[in-house]
Amino acid sequence: MKAFFVHFSFEFRTGVRNKQLLLMNYLFPLGFYLMMGFILVGINPFFLESMIPGMVIFAILAATLLGIPTPLVNARENGIFRSYKINGVPIFSILIIPVLTTMLHLFIVAVIIAVTGSLLFHAPSPTHWFMFAVIFFVTAFCMSGAGVLIGVISANARLTVLYSQLLFLPSILLAGIMMPYSMLPGPAAAISRLLPSTLAMNAFVGLAMGSAAHFNPWGAMATLLAGGAVAFGLAALLFSWDRRNAKRRGHPIMALLFFLPFAVGILAG
Amino acid sequence: MRDAFIEVRDFRKEYGDFVAVDGISFEVIRGEIFGLLGPNGAGKTSTLECLEGLRPPSGGTVRVGEMNPAKEFHKLKDVIGVQLQSAGLPESITPVEAMKFFCAYHRVAPRLDLLERLGLDEKKSTQFSELSTGQQRRLTLALAVAHSPSMLFLDEPTAGLDVGSRVELHSLMREMREKGTTILLATHDMAEAEELSDRVAILLNQKLATIGTPMEITATGAGLTKVSVRTRDSCLAGADVPFPAVGQHARKEDYDIYLSTDIGPTVASIIAHVEKMDDVLIDLRVERPSLEDRFLEITSKGGSE
Repeated sequence: MKAFFVHFSFEFRTGVRNKQLLLMNYLFPLGFYLMMGFILVGINPFFLESMIPGMVIFAILAATLLGIPTPLVNARENGIFRSYKINGVPIFSILIIPVLTTMLHLFIVAVIIAVTGSLLFHAPSPTHWFMFAVIFFVTAFCMSGAGVLIGVISANARLTVLYSQLLFLPSILLAGIMMPYSMLPGPAAAISRLLPSTLAMNAFVGLAMGSAAHFNPWGAMATLLAGGAVAFGLAALLFSWDRRNAKRRGHPIMALLFFLPFAVGILAG
Repeated sequence: MRDAFIEVRDFRKEYGDFVAVDGISFEVIRGEIFGLLGPNGAGKTSTLECLEGLRPPSGGTVRVGEMNPAKEFHKLKDVIGVQLQSAGLPESITPVEAMKFFCAYHRVAPRLDLLERLGLDEKKSTQFSELSTGQQRRLTLALAVAHSPSMLFLDEPTAGLDVGSRVELHSLMREMREKGTTILLATHDMAEAEELSDRVAILLNQKLATIGTPMEITATGAGLTKVSVRTRDSCLAGADVPFPAVGQHARKEDYDIYLSTDIGPTVASIIAHVEKMDDVLIDLRVERPSLEDRFLEITSKGGSE
């Protein structure tokens, strides 16, 4: 247990000390939030309605999909996993501790956004703060799983960026962060429900912001939890200590199973 | 009876169609420093990785401390210490953090005294990426020995180290051996291997070319021993005396230099001749072929001995 806390403490400090992680955890999401608050609110008044959950989801996307995978790939390529294995650091700690520290950094950012959103921009505050916190952690859990899975399956750092952007960019465009979900054409709306951010936005709107959800918000929560569990399970299965990431217990294409709960969610309505 | 800490029997390692190690056998005796030498691609790293439990062997048996490294790794990790050739540490970790981190996973108190001993005290709060290559090597060594392992694997431990750090490292290795630690040293530095190792094995073309003490290995080569002699009256300079076992004779800066295949008779005859000529011996040096000479001899033959 002591090892867990020493490891956690080191990883948490790394989140601030490492320039890339500092950018992804704090500077990028908070800078984007301020920019959107000062610019987009004037252009698109509808944005204000969902500004706080939208910017919290953006922060989660940046920290998990852009912030988590690259350090994992770099650590593997630099032989850090081999060094960890020799010294008895378990896979669980390698995969989970960065996620927990990222969640802690994200929680700080979420609090800053939730508190200053109404003060600076008069954005509506959550009506159910407890549910807001629960949805935040469920969303962070699911997207952290996706981030860890990308880091585990990526053959190199270049592919990591590609995989991350394949999830990050559609999430920004289709999840209801930049434009309301109700404005999306039918096929785009259906596709967007394969994205965790769409389900997170729906859950925030329906369960924490006091507005009407576009589809079942509890179903969205269950799907996010299932997606996170599948992602972490696949990451543990496909994890490789090897520097070249050549030897795994399954093919990387298995990572697409991450989307299975979301597909089931669409079919279930 | 020799107490083997490492036993390797008919060990093979293959990566697809590529054979990295082809059926080698050797033992490392408890408490000895064992040098593993060989040119790049000879199979040193694959052998080390299988001994450390990082990869499973493709054939044969490998035992470390009576354990199968691939299957009993969780028990093995507290018995072995490993200094990998690559750094294997996060860029932002400081020496103090790294010491606390790895000692926590080994369930021992952090050995901050090792950082001081290896000259890292002033850099203990500096991030790993900002340490010099030598400082990084010293830190990884300190981490490898912090949990007092019974078996230490060192892969090129002095690469990039300055003279002072090398001396300190060698002193630490000898001290650990005296305390009973077994050390497997993989290195390209022949002088280091010859100076430190009780026994060495030379790998070549994925096979074991030779094994023995440095003295045994250098003695079995075709290399000639160099005898350099200087006398008061230079009585050897013009002497046309066929000293026994001498292959070549040359003169350089007041020294007569003989290359001998059998040092005993050669030296005895030279001394006898100097006395007979009523001359006085000022200096006599005998230089055996080094391990490096022998290594080059073996590698030039492609390991066929």
